[in-house]
Amino acid sequence: MDFSYTILIPLIPLAVFLLLGINYNRIKPAVSGWIGSLGLLVTLVLSYYTAYQYFFVVGKIGDVYQSFATQWRWMNFTDTLYIDMGVLIDQISVMMLVVVSTISFMVHLYSRGYMKGDPGYTKFFAFLSLFTFSMMGLVLAVNLFQIYIFWELVGVSSFLLIGYYYTKPSAIAAAKKAFIVTRFADLGFLIGILIIGYYGGSYDFAVLTDLEGSVITNWASTSFMGLSVITWGLLLIFMGGAGKSAMFPLHIWLPDAMEGPTPVSALIHAATMVVAGVYLVARLFPLYYFVEDGYALNVVAWVGAFSALFAAIIALTQNDIKRVLAFSTMSQIGYMMLALGVSGYSGHDGLGYMSSMFHLFTHAMFKGLLFLGAGSIIHAIHSNNLQDMGGLRKYMPITHITFLIAALSIAGFPGFAGFFSKDEILVAAFEHNKLIYIIGVLVAGLTAFYMFRLYFGIFWGKDTKYEHKPHESPVSMTFPLVFLAFMSVVAGYIHFSEYVTADHMSFEAHLNYPLAAIAVGVGLLGILTAFVFYKKPGNLPEKVSKGFGSLYHWAYDKFYFDELYLFITKEIIFKRISAPFAWFDRKVVDGTMNLIGNSTVAGSEKIKKIQSGRVQDYAFAFIAGVVVLAMIFIYKWII
Amino acid sequence: MIQGISIYEILTLTSAIFFIGVYGFLTRKNLITMLLSIELILNASAINFVVINKYLFPDNLQGVFFSVFIVAVAAAETALAVAIVINLYKQIASVEVKDTEIMKY
Repeated sequence: MDFSYTILIPLIPLAVFLLLGINYNRIKPAVSGWIGSLGLLVTLVLSYYTAYQYFFVVGKIGDVYQSFATQWRWMNFTDTLYIDMGVLIDQISVMMLVVVSTISFMVHLYSRGYMKGDPGYTKFFAFLSLFTFSMMGLVLAVNLFQIYIFWELVGVSSFLLIGYYYTKPSAIAAAKKAFIVTRFADLGFLIGILIIGYYGGSYDFAVLTDLEGSVITNWASTSFMGLSVITWGLLLIFMGGAGKSAMFPLHIWLPDAMEGPTPVSALIHAATMVVAGVYLVARLFPLYYFVEDGYALNVVAWVGAFSALFAAIIALTQNDIKRVLAFSTMSQIGYMMLALGVSGYSGHDGLGYMSSMFHLFTHAMFKGLLFLGAGSIIHAIHSNNLQDMGGLRKYMPITHITFLIAALSIAGFPGFAGFFSKDEILVAAFEHNKLIYIIGVLVAGLTAFYMFRLYFGIFWGKDTKYEHKPHESPVSMTFPLVFLAFMSVVAGYIHFSEYVTADHMSFEAHLNYPLAAIAVGVGLLGILTAFVFYKKPGNLPEKVSKGFGSLYHWAYDKFYFDELYLFITKEIIFKRISAPFAWFDRKVVDGTMNLIGNSTVAGSEKIKKIQSGRVQDYAFAFIAGVVVLAMIFIYKWII
Repeated sequence: MIQGISIYEILTLTSAIFFIGVYGFLTRKNLITMLLSIELILNASAINFVVINKYLFPDNLQGVFFSVFIVAVAAAETALAVAIVINLYKQIASVEVKDTEIMKY
């Protein structure tokens, strides 16, 4: 089977981006919305067709899912050093195609309603297409360099879309913050790529992850500071992944990224781009697992577990509904990282890997839905603040029901998608490391609590009097909500262990009832607490938060990580390192150049008097010269 | 050969005329007198041509011819220079050389 047609999947959004971007002033908003959505529809159909072909027709030979790589030589330096571009079709890339195209299409449809009347409507759709192109390219990348190129492109699209409201200073600051923090992480990524390329001899995923290949069998050949160089490379690559996926301590950009339009938050900062780090680790999973007995993978697990807990605690206290969702995203991505980190390789041991991908899939659906629901609410009452909301269930029935489904799904309520994926993750963690399992269960409870704090706070609680009576959003916005709500339920019934596995072979995964019961119990406890706290307006939450004292304030201020980073950059890096460099540049480097320039000017000023304009002066100089020459001639040749 | 006069005396005379011309060119303030000084320089060199021709190659006449050319060229050059001076006078109402310094630096 030839999958080379999949190159069209990224190229169609690119064409749409160029069309809309170049004709930005000429295309009517209504038309550009349709062009963007239709382009995405073609991409969606192609992606689904690819998924069908891969998973059900040609992908499986014997018991093993194959990888199909189509590549073209792009940069040919020498016979052994070259970089290819191409498309790689395997289990996770096909799964990501489905996720990205589905969410992107839904967000396109939704944006046609949400962004209506916005002066930059066409620009917005152009940027969405640019993002879709970059993300598809990232997903389909065949080697580390290609993934790095598209990695930066999604970073740029994210930057452009966060700063979409470019007249708002906070949006500009957030865009810059996101770009700089992820760029800093990508520095590590690039160094990691170079290390892996140098010591591994190739950038190709197929070569690197080959179980009999030289990288996996010979990882111990070179070591640096007590660790294999390959482990160092993997840790640096994970640094890039952690930056993009907002893992602790590179998470600070994600909450601020909520300054962008809400559909963007749903697409980029919830469902697709932020899971790129998870995708990257999954892509190189055999390396992470086999090199140095999974040392780097252990780091992934702990970073994931810590981020999950850390973000969940902060999410409890935030009042901006989008920020709560942002921290929730960070927490859930931590879950995925944790699941990858505790995974084994073959057969049922690979449960963690499979559950991570499963959770990525279901999370994209319900988190996309939560963000789009939040967007619908913000659209109706023009506020992000939870304190301004309450009793909205009467005005917005569809948003209410779909939000409830998503909240139940993320809380792991039995029967919803999140329940299945989260259960698999907890089983994998339980089999691997009990402490990580306990963190996981704790996070599950916190997740249920803060989601239902949002739910009750928005739709129940006090009966807020609104200046303008809120009304349900138009069909273009409610249709994506309903579709994603449907997906948030049925996605859980897909037998992921049949399709996406670490060793490319299907295995049977069963629900582990005792563990599932514990997780559900904790989740229900969280929901119940939220019910007691927030169903009826009252001062119980305040009392409890007072009880926690300074811990509450710490969490409310995000444990002061923003301030810490500001301190490090402003006080230490700027003042202690950059300022002397700036002084050297201004005084010494610029000074030398200025000296040369100024002395030339002063010198010319002095000698310009020679050009007096008097004919006789020139004549005198001429005659004097002749006389001197004559004397020299006489002296040399005649005397 | 001129009886009783050696080439040295004639060359001394022409050198004197030449340097008088140079001195006049460098010191006169009036453009017309500067022009006259140039004529002195040219005449000194014309005399040199004739004399050297006469004393060194008495059978040839190239030097004499050359002096005729010099006279013709000097006439043309003087006409040109006078035209320039007249135009300059129309512009600045002066033939003083110190008034022609407007083109400096």
